[in-house]
Amino acid sequence: MNKLVSEFWHVRRCTLAAPAALAFMLACAAVALAPAAADAQTAQTRAGGVPRSSAGHPLLQGHWTNSTVIPMQRPEELGDKAYYSEEELAEFTSRRLVITETTPGTNADVHYFLDDFGLDRSQNVLAVNRRTSILIDPPNGRFPEPTPRASELMAAERAWRSEHGYDSAANRPLAERCVVWAHEGPPMMPVGYNSNFQIMQTADHVVILIEMLHDARIIPLNDSAPPGVGQWLGSSQGRWEGDTLVVETTGFTGETAVRSAGGVPVSPEARVTERFTRTSPDSILYEFTVDDPAMWTRPWSGEYAMARLDGPMFEYACHEGNYGIANILSGQRFEEQQAAEQAPESQ
Amino acid sequence: MAMRRNFMSAMSIVVAGLLLLPAVPAAAQSSAEDIPRTADGRPDLNGIWQVLNSANWNLDPHTASQGAVETLGAIGAVAPGLGVVEGGQIPYLPEAAAQRDENFRNRRTEDPEAKCFRPGLPRATYMPYPFQIFQTDSDIFVAYQYAGAVRTIFLEERVDIPVESWMGWSNGRWDGDTLVVEVTALNGQAWLDRAGNFATSSLRVIERFTPVGPNHIRYEATLEDPNVYSEPWTISMPLYRRIEPNVRLLEFKCVPFAEELMYGHLRKPGTGPDEGGEGDE
Repeated sequence: MNKLVSEFWHVRRCTLAAPAALAFMLACAAVALAPAAADAQTAQTRAGGVPRSSAGHPLLQGHWTNSTVIPMQRPEELGDKAYYSEEELAEFTSRRLVITETTPGTNADVHYFLDDFGLDRSQNVLAVNRRTSILIDPPNGRFPEPTPRASELMAAERAWRSEHGYDSAANRPLAERCVVWAHEGPPMMPVGYNSNFQIMQTADHVVILIEMLHDARIIPLNDSAPPGVGQWLGSSQGRWEGDTLVVETTGFTGETAVRSAGGVPVSPEARVTERFTRTSPDSILYEFTVDDPAMWTRPWSGEYAMARLDGPMFEYACHEGNYGIANILSGQRFEEQQAAEQAPESQ
Repeated sequence: MAMRRNFMSAMSIVVAGLLLLPAVPAAAQSSAEDIPRTADGRPDLNGIWQVLNSANWNLDPHTASQGAVETLGAIGAVAPGLGVVEGGQIPYLPEAAAQRDENFRNRRTEDPEAKCFRPGLPRATYMPYPFQIFQTDSDIFVAYQYAGAVRTIFLEERVDIPVESWMGWSNGRWDGDTLVVEVTALNGQAWLDRAGNFATSSLRVIERFTPVGPNHIRYEATLEDPNVYSEPWTISMPLYRRIEPNVRLLEFKCVPFAEELMYGHLRKPGTGPDEGGEGDE
């Protein structure tokens, strides 16, 4: 727990106080980075200052976000530098918390502005630590090499998709179809917006509802046998190790083509271990290890802080409101028809 | 002849209903002592539950009939049911009854269940799939197997209800051993069953969950929607605990099974499942 004192900052809250975006961002960044009484807070936590359930375990129940400015992989120029200094973090964060300007005439420009809906990261509660990357092992903060088998599968997937990617709805990427999103994991990763969770806790279960795609991960806290049928999010089993909830997940479908890391598939043999530790009233330390020898030449691990939100969380009806699939397919059919009409008569 | 058959089946429904009537109060009497309870003395509703009836085919009494897809044969047939509506039939206003009939004619493509849309309430309860109740120290959370639908039942009443949604907004309170839940802010796009019964976004549902034994809950739901019904009406049915030792709520991500129905007309010509096309994942 010592590293929590030195490495993790107490999480700050950024709320939209003024419409003036720049002033807001500066105010928010300043609040987020003020190195307040983190040590005192953590000391209190170690003394048992976290809320507990009626069963006596640390209470994870509530609403949380893993929205962060920290990238999955460490920028290569940082080498083995695992932590920013406070000054470097302030500079890095203010650079990352900029509402994105779009270029006229691009797809991004006709998409809605995230900041119109409070979805821009600069408008969110952020989970802050001084890490230079979420990945912490390998020590360079970069993904290890995928196996030759994984590279082969990915190349085949790319080739197939470039030829058949627009043939039908079933050929579109999983996220676009609202089947499963890459950040749902496990391991659960921050995503561009709506990086929110609701955790429920009973004596024998923990449930993690992921806002996007509204998937509820049901985690039994007992020794019951895994179901033995593949699932998109795998099958999770949890246990308390002291004040840490440890969750082991196996039994992935193997159909999940693009998940977690750089498009590397998740094999049915994958095992994901997650550790949830409530380090203060306002934060959970989330640690994870992915062990999938079929796809990766070595296991990889990472960690980030989750920050507490007030909630509630609203329904994210992805598939029900998915106009994109029909528009994409009809656009493609239209282009094909136009191409056929413009083709020389001789054909 | 047809009239006589209908009369006979109507009579058999009435007779069966009369036979069943005394069973409900008897079940209710067996409550109180032998139900699981939480540390603070409330009924403990934790567990995986499921109905055993044909309400999802039709809430009203119905004889067996051909399903919407003849090519499925008897697999797609509508199983008969006595109905779960107290007093017999849903009290539709005349125009709404016409809309229900229109829904029925279009059910193969327009029933939100066929499209893997979230079922709304109360339909989520009597889909033919299990659901799991998580009763925490504060709120209650329900995960439904079908389409991965979920809802939170807030026990500290929240009145800051946001926009309408498929699963609506649930505020709950305990009335003795009964969990009473008021569901509002439903978006009115869900249907009540596969027969086209429906409501609008003015629907208000009052649900009552009353344990009547260690493995049974009596579920009642009263539906009020002045746009559609001449008066509030109530359905009731038992919920059965799934007691298999290895039971789990499994993923039922049904989107992939609805895509051909919803988007098949937009697929590249010549690539259909029956056209020898290659390429589907």
